[in-house]
Amino acid sequence: MSFITGVGLTAFGRHEGSSSLDLMSKAAELAISDAGLKRSEIDGILCGYSTVAPHIMLATVFAEHFGIRPAYAHAVQVGGATGLAMTMLAHHLVEAGVVRHVLVVGGENRLTGQSRDASILALAQVGHPDYEVPLGPTIPAYYGLVASRYMHEYGVTEQDLAEFAVLMRAHARTHPGAQFHDPITVADVMASKPVALPLKLLDCCPVSDGGAAFVISRECTGETGVRIAGCAQAHTHQHVTAAPALSELGAEIAIARAKAASGLAISDVCYAGVYDSFTITLAMLLEDLGLAARGEAAARVRSGYFGRDGAMPLNTHGGLLSYGHCGVGGAMAHLVETHLQMTGRAGNRQVRDASIALLHGDGGVLSSHVSMFLERTR
Amino acid sequence: MSGSKHALADWTTGAEAIVYQCCRTCGSLQYFHRSFCVACGAPDPEEKHASGEGTVYATSLVVRAATPETRAHVPYIIVLVDAAEGFRMMAHGDNDLSIGDKVTARFAPFAGRLVPYFEKVKS
Repeated sequence: MSFITGVGLTAFGRHEGSSSLDLMSKAAELAISDAGLKRSEIDGILCGYSTVAPHIMLATVFAEHFGIRPAYAHAVQVGGATGLAMTMLAHHLVEAGVVRHVLVVGGENRLTGQSRDASILALAQVGHPDYEVPLGPTIPAYYGLVASRYMHEYGVTEQDLAEFAVLMRAHARTHPGAQFHDPITVADVMASKPVALPLKLLDCCPVSDGGAAFVISRECTGETGVRIAGCAQAHTHQHVTAAPALSELGAEIAIARAKAASGLAISDVCYAGVYDSFTITLAMLLEDLGLAARGEAAARVRSGYFGRDGAMPLNTHGGLLSYGHCGVGGAMAHLVETHLQMTGRAGNRQVRDASIALLHGDGGVLSSHVSMFLERTR
Repeated sequence: MSGSKHALADWTTGAEAIVYQCCRTCGSLQYFHRSFCVACGAPDPEEKHASGEGTVYATSLVVRAATPETRAHVPYIIVLVDAAEGFRMMAHGDNDLSIGDKVTARFAPFAGRLVPYFEKVKS
């Protein structure tokens, strides 16, 4: 068994003057304290990467900076799927008895530590260096390509995609830590500046500063236990040129494996935290995961299904689209929010029931996937 | 980056050509150059010139570019094209291309290089 015993999340947005290590430390401190542990009790560290401050040994750098001498430590890099991939590894490490309490941490001053162009350029390098990058694509363009095809095959419209941006903004408005609080409408999304059509500015997550951390432990440390019930990955390609058909993408493979690992079904799930780098990402993943029928996710948004009071509350913190995206920490915020919901600590955002939750992360261009079921044990 | 030697020059090295590879053992096609077949692992796949004919699979019109060199070209369309030979490639093209269009390649300058550029076949 493994439990998520503590979570920590900073506000996302501008943290002028904070380094990546500062943001990682802040989140780590919150998570360890939330778990009711002392730093000295942490014997494993997994951390992500920082595009602002790349380092070949970031976990060791962080451990020294933070004041921990762990028995196990290294960085993990799977793009947007890094947070959940680290959590999956931590789950296996504690189950195998390698360590007792793993600190999983990500943080980056991606907004104020470099120019927005530098961020966009750094991220575009996930493209193939010989066959894609010379064509001047951007991350929104890679996802724009996928969006055009998905819309073509399943009759999804730009207005449909806009619904996801509106929903994430509505959720972010009730979280003080979110980067954006101004309400938006479908018309606002449609009228926002074109970035890589069919994607417009409000279809894209922002660049943020922020940090997030969790503690994964062999035993429960608090009153309410949140257990990792099962998780799995799938990696079908790296480059969008080499991606399989839409019906063969990794989310469907990962969720099938996670269902087998956990013994749970989608019908058991009552809260979802799903990666939403772009509106199209969220639309596709919800349908690939089986949280909506093919081409029908937007209709479910319109009907309130994914709202706070709906049947399947989704990303109640506002997701990457409106809470913000600071790199590795971005998608970790989904897990932090899920944990708060599962332990009844989400305040004015609290949903009725979050006893079983599904998390899903995606890295690259729908390249690497991690699906994870969490279950409240008491 | 791909490292292994190319027998035929293509646009990635400045030549006006699109080159793909065909496995001599299993017949699989691949566009990203390697010294082996990605399907069966057999060494030394045969290099072939593509006709430049194909069908548009996906499109995205880039309006916000990330470098001064690429910004000079906005808006420019990025397309994925399914080549007649059976492999998929990324390229540029006429900004009004849509999914399903039959296209043919020429080459155009972009940000200091030569890139494949697809135009609609006149029917």
